[in-house]
Amino acid sequence: MKRTVPLMIVMVGGILMILQYFIPHQISQTVLAYYTDWAPIILAFALVLGVGSLTRIHSHKIRRKAKNWQYSYAVLIPLFGMPILAHIWPASLSGGMDSPSIFHFLFMHVQVPIQATMFSLLAFYIASAAFRAFRAKSALATLLLLAAVVVMLGQVPIGELFGRWLPETGLWILRYPNLAAKRAIMLGVGFGMLATNLKIIFGVERNWLGGAGK
Amino acid sequence: MRKNWIGIPALMILLLLPALSVARGDDEILTPVAEEQLAEPDPGLDVSGTVTVQDKDNDAGDLLLVSFELPADTEGIFAYNVYRRVAGEEGEGSWNLVEIIPADGLSEFIDGYDPEYPIASGVLYEYRIASATVDGEEFFGPECEAGVVSKGEIYHTGKTKIFIASILFIGLIFYYFGKAQKGIEMYMRPIAGIEAIDEAIGRATEMGKPVLYVPGISSIADVATIASLTILGRVAKKIALYQTPLIVPNRDPIVFTVAEEVVKQAYLEAGRPDAYDPDSVFFVTTSQFAYVAAVNGIMMREKPATNFYLGMFYAESLLLAETGSLSGAIQIAGTDAVTQLPFFITTCDYTLIGEELYAASAYLGREPKQIGALKGQDACKAIIMTFITVALIFGVIDVVANTHILDWFRDLVTSPIVD
Repeated sequence: MKRTVPLMIVMVGGILMILQYFIPHQISQTVLAYYTDWAPIILAFALVLGVGSLTRIHSHKIRRKAKNWQYSYAVLIPLFGMPILAHIWPASLSGGMDSPSIFHFLFMHVQVPIQATMFSLLAFYIASAAFRAFRAKSALATLLLLAAVVVMLGQVPIGELFGRWLPETGLWILRYPNLAAKRAIMLGVGFGMLATNLKIIFGVERNWLGGAGK
Repeated sequence: MRKNWIGIPALMILLLLPALSVARGDDEILTPVAEEQLAEPDPGLDVSGTVTVQDKDNDAGDLLLVSFELPADTEGIFAYNVYRRVAGEEGEGSWNLVEIIPADGLSEFIDGYDPEYPIASGVLYEYRIASATVDGEEFFGPECEAGVVSKGEIYHTGKTKIFIASILFIGLIFYYFGKAQKGIEMYMRPIAGIEAIDEAIGRATEMGKPVLYVPGISSIADVATIASLTILGRVAKKIALYQTPLIVPNRDPIVFTVAEEVVKQAYLEAGRPDAYDPDSVFFVTTSQFAYVAAVNGIMMREKPATNFYLGMFYAESLLLAETGSLSGAIQIAGTDAVTQLPFFITTCDYTLIGEELYAASAYLGREPKQIGALKGQDACKAIIMTFITVALIFGVIDVVANTHILDWFRDLVTSPIVD
């Protein structure tokens, strides 16, 4: 029962969704909307479990004085502090709608800059990864290096100083060999998705059921 | 006295002359005013003719195709305002402005996309078109009853090509399912990334360090995430056998709950339920870069010997993989995100490219049905490859011989999939 019911739900739901794609009728659209409406409801319940998991793990760390246990306070204090500030103390200390609340202040002046910092690290990481990837250790790596140089120089204004052939060659690499390879990967991905979906719908793949799958 | 008798009429004539001249001059000035006052009033802008309404094909019964006759004289028309009301309703307030079409635009549109004024299936509507000036003044055309009502269709005729292809490909996959079940041996080409999984777990065991498994940052609705969770089950089973610590940080709460169950089951199957650590699978945050910060922190503090990045990744792929590379871990990545593949290939020891991610579960499990599905996929790809090759050869022949024999074939290949 523990295994059959989820498998039946998946099978019926999966087949319905396949048929729904080919049926534009209002009833079919209603079924789709009904199914998709469930997603945020399930997510809301799962989020409670997620926050519970995070709290449990870091509480354990603090209680056991595990390695780097001090960092757990850096997780737990904002985890509960921010919702409290948002819901219990939503207005600014000085009052009025014009001045931002503490939650808003912390979000804009702490969280957003930290996230921007993480994202901006990407530029340095790209440079370091490119340095490693473009070392001409073999014939293929040299080809990659040459292609990369042509494409990169072709994308910037300085590239035109070498002549029109450089941006045009760069564009040709992007439009033909590169696009062909991307399409080949996407084609394989499409069939992979189709096969995985069929395996799940018809119960061949059951690992996602966890304990109920066996 | 005689002089006076002559002088009086002369003076009168002299006085009258300017008066007459002024009167004549006034006449000249006033004439156009009088003409203007007498002219017919301006009839305004020309208005459109009849409105034709058709039911839109392949919809849910919520769209109508509306077209109207353009006015003969479009001088001064800035836009056409399309009004609609339910047939039989009375009063000016019953009309709703559903579309504004620029004067130089088309004389037809699909009505029903505006969520404020939806089309109800089976309801009869009336339309009228107003020619509008740039100042917003409107001159209305005739009121026209739609004549048809919108109806939803049972089958989308524009998706026939997809339907045929789906039947063909699903049929092929089922054919190979059956073949595999009969016990027919099937060859699977070796994939280095999958074969390295055992080696990577073994390395972590030897070093006494944990294995980090990142199941992507997408939701459970993503097929790549589901594929990743099936691989997690296989990987966790091996980890349980080797008794190596496992760390699975999650970004999505639903993925977290599934991953927790999958790992728990894997330990149970391996006969080591006691070795399962409930803290090994945990939720971090839904925020993309906060998640990256947390995982990177784990890499630098815990120094896992092996990192798995399997699933759907976005901009964080390089941040994760590069940090893992700096920490000295052996890294195996796999994603179907084409844009992130170069980053993984650059920074990871092994990368499962696209479909290999979906194939990994079959490779690790070696179950006949899984292998059958894999062969079905390969057969589908073979059909597509044959199709492309034939189209290419015939296309070249057509160009070289300057014929149009295969135009139908080119049209078939280049026409939109959904009509």
